[in-house]
Amino acid sequence: MTETSARTQEVRTTDGIVLRFAGDSGDGMQLTGDRFTSASALFGNDLATLPEFPAEIRAPAGTLAGVSSFQVHISDHDITTPGDAPTVLVAMNPAALLSDLHLLKPGGTVIVNADAFNERNLAKAGYESDPLEDGSLDGYTVVTAPMTDLTKRACQDLGVKPREAERSKNFFALGLVSWLYSRPVKPTVDWIDGKFAGRDTVIAANKAAFAAGHAFGETAELGASRLMVQPAALEPGTYTNINGNTALSWGLIAASQQAGIPLFLGSYPITPASDVLHELARHKNFGVRTLQAEDEIGAVGAALGAAYGGHIGVTTTSGPGMALKAETVGLAVSLEVPLVVIDIQRGGPSTGLPTKTEAADLLMAMYGRHGEAPLPIVAAQSPSDCFFTAIEAVRLAVEHRTPVILLSDGYLANSSEPWRIPDVKQLDSIAVNFASKPNHVNDEGESVFWPFRRDERLVRPWAIPGTPGLMHRIGGIEKEDGSGNISYEPDNHQAMVRLRAERIALIAHHIPPAEVVGDPDASVAVVSWGSTWGAITSARRRIESAGHRLAHIHLRHLNPLPANLGDLLRSFERVVVPEMNTGQLCRMLRAEFLVDARSVTKVSGQPFTAAELVEACWEEIGTTGAAR
Amino acid sequence: MTDVPVTTRKDWATDQEVRWCPGCGDYSILTAVQLLMPELEVRREDTVFVSGIGCAARFPYYMNTYGLHAIHGRSPAVATGLAMARGDLHVWVVGGDGDMMSIGGNHLIHALRRNVNLNILLFNNQIYGLTKGQYSPTSERGKVTKSTPHGSVEQPFNAISLALGAEASFVARTHDMDRGHMQEMFRRAHDHPGAAFVEVFQNCNVFNDGAFAALTKRDARDSMLIDLCHGKPVRFGADGEFGVVMDGGRPRVVSVADVGADALVVHDETDPDPSVAFALSRLANTNDVPTPIGVFRAVERSEYGSAVTSQIAASQSKAGPGDLHKLLHSRPTWQVA
Ligand SMILES: Cc1ncc(C[n+]2csc(CCOP(=O)(O)OP(=O)(O)O)c2C)c(N)n1
Ligand code: SF4
Ligand SMILES: [Mg+2]
Repeated sequence: MTETSARTQEVRTTDGIVLRFAGDSGDGMQLTGDRFTSASALFGNDLATLPEFPAEIRAPAGTLAGVSSFQVHISDHDITTPGDAPTVLVAMNPAALLSDLHLLKPGGTVIVNADAFNERNLAKAGYESDPLEDGSLDGYTVVTAPMTDLTKRACQDLGVKPREAERSKNFFALGLVSWLYSRPVKPTVDWIDGKFAGRDTVIAANKAAFAAGHAFGETAELGASRLMVQPAALEPGTYTNINGNTALSWGLIAASQQAGIPLFLGSYPITPASDVLHELARHKNFGVRTLQAEDEIGAVGAALGAAYGGHIGVTTTSGPGMALKAETVGLAVSLEVPLVVIDIQRGGPSTGLPTKTEAADLLMAMYGRHGEAPLPIVAAQSPSDCFFTAIEAVRLAVEHRTPVILLSDGYLANSSEPWRIPDVKQLDSIAVNFASKPNHVNDEGESVFWPFRRDERLVRPWAIPGTPGLMHRIGGIEKEDGSGNISYEPDNHQAMVRLRAERIALIAHHIPPAEVVGDPDASVAVVSWGSTWGAITSARRRIESAGHRLAHIHLRHLNPLPANLGDLLRSFERVVVPEMNTGQLCRMLRAEFLVDARSVTKVSGQPFTAAELVEACWEEIGTTGAAR
Repeated sequence: MTDVPVTTRKDWATDQEVRWCPGCGDYSILTAVQLLMPELEVRREDTVFVSGIGCAARFPYYMNTYGLHAIHGRSPAVATGLAMARGDLHVWVVGGDGDMMSIGGNHLIHALRRNVNLNILLFNNQIYGLTKGQYSPTSERGKVTKSTPHGSVEQPFNAISLALGAEASFVARTHDMDRGHMQEMFRRAHDHPGAAFVEVFQNCNVFNDGAFAALTKRDARDSMLIDLCHGKPVRFGADGEFGVVMDGGRPRVVSVADVGADALVVHDETDPDPSVAFALSRLANTNDVPTPIGVFRAVERSEYGSAVTSQIAASQSKAGPGDLHKLLHSRPTWQVA
């Protein structure tokens, strides 16, 4: 590198970049992606991320099974997806290149750690010849850097052992892409100082590697052009970058503050839900109690016990745990106590794809209990929306005295986006209203407490232990409406089954109506729930900018459905329902409203891309004759 | 608590018709509890009975307190959440041998291990009563029931050994024929901070009649029940003529005349090492040999709910009470003008 001195290469401005970091699970790709994301967030870009990691903690190094990736989309305007296809792929070893190259946009840029392309690694990945030399990368812009070697050299005089120095090579990669894509340097340097405080040699090595990567960009003839993505014109406010699980945890804390009663979480570790347990366990100063229970049944049981005692009882899990909790959720339906059950869905059945996303638990949430056991269901639409959805779930549970299922998914859980932090004073309050006195006069003229005497919304009182004069016994055995005494009477049971259904149906009057985004007069409406919101929004914008019309109806409430939904759906010629399952909401809509809804499905463990949805909508628009 | 109103048994009983079979041992346990409650000086509204499913688990309906009749096996879990959330309550858990040692075995051992402030009463009738007479995890080998027409081939649990193995801090056994002894055990359980486990030998006169008769009928008790008393030699028989010695780490029933009173093991329920208590629990694995009752173990250990509460208090005094605005701004932020 003697012949090139530092040059000031021209920087071209672009409206967005989709960058994918791929490497071995030991290479620190999640952290590298996360740092790039944070620097971009602080710079003011809009962004969305898609972390993907193997199910094994340490799959054999250098193999395809061990590849861990992190995709980030940065943009100068409002975006809603992590990007259909990366424009830049950073591959730290041959396995990463082999596994992710097919995702890259034609003509995209590949940045590789040349040192990792040795015979051994090529063989482990399954390459028969070296892709850096055999023409496999023709048509791409290729940047090769001896990252391992240059990192070791940069650390030479720092007293860091070569093997340890090697571990900093991800910071070399980060330095290089930071230069190429004009990211500010300071946030990363500051972060290294804070993160590794007290471990001076690690700080020194990471900083040296980062600087070396940056300098390599400045001095080497890379052949790739330097790009700049300007800050996005987002709504004014204070922003932070947040992922779904953190937003969900904070939403639960916020709900507890708004309700003025403590939060109790019972949980058993499971991917991708564990981070909610981890996050809530940290915030004891909010009075949060967390119990890592012996199993999922214990977890939901404890949450129910806490709710019976007047706390906000929450349990978090993923599909396999949902199956275990079903009986207890049924008990909560029968007891009519508030309980929030959070399912961060992943690929199933069984262990399925534990680290990949899917949204195939909707019908389980609807019907996965014995007997007639209806309950409200809400679903989050974006990482930051998990915050508000958590508050809504708690509101419904507490104000309507019912278990509520909140559906998130693995993609929302781990993806992040900039979030305009809400003013906490503007958050709605949640009405708790514990019962404090008798509510009935019996035949003898005495004032007594009837635990199942309902108000006009058919909601029963929440009388918590410790309240004098309201002692009562409740259980899962059928009870007489009003008195709550055990009753096996046929007519009473029939009435109770209908009452339980009616009181959940009535909630439709306490939620917002369904709204159309886009053109309400379009002939085609897309109906969605959960994390498909982002890709559909992006698809709608593309269709609109091509001069066509599309209506988008996104449902946060899946049970009960918004009161106006049936009429709204019938006003469209065609209804399309994209889902990450084999058509569960579509089935519900057809059954409920007799509309000829068409299902578009994807169950590959990956979220929809906007392009896939554009195509699906396009077909529908074509059939209506609206496309010209 | 001096301002607790004076109550009588009637105040603690509900108007619900008791639905156990006539002659069921559960009646005498209910009576013992209802008579004891006024003596405990607690308020009815601060008392909660939690149960699972089974004949035993109907108990809460008959107590004029707060009551939660949950689902089969899960009462220790439900009660754990309640006791963690509400340290001010007195939480009792009632269930049968199937409820708490079969379907709910996992929750039981973890509630004991965590030392949650619960009084757990296991009504052991060595049978599934409510489902009409299948063998249970405490039924003896060879037991002929509807589901074991050729006799059970399973090794039963010894409830006391199981509780001790689960790190329980309070473990006791009593039986439904001795109200005074039951009340003493229940009182001790109530006074114990942390999880208290009491096994009650209970007669199911319909599906397993006389299961404990060899031990508990009036004329057998002296020679068949070994009443453990803290600080006293382990001794039984009408004239204290029998006793227990530890012999190479194993307990053995002896005639006091043969070994001398000084050789008898002196019961220490507070021994931090549960080995001797465990050894005593192994004395009897069938109902036809002398069987210890009383408090096997009563040691002090940090109670779970209060430990959690003190972590909350500590973090509040360190970080200040939770401030939502601060939390939402706790990660790097930036301004968009
Ligand atoms: C999930 C579930 N499985 C099975 C049952 C049926 N069941 C009810 S009580 C019981 C066993 C009762 O035996 P035990 O716990 O010893 O109580 P007992 O009736 O003897 O007092 C069973 C199997 C149930 N109610 N729920
Ligand atoms: S079946 Fe047995 S345990 Fe159940 S009520 Fe009858 S006698 Fe009691
Ligand atoms: Mg039984």
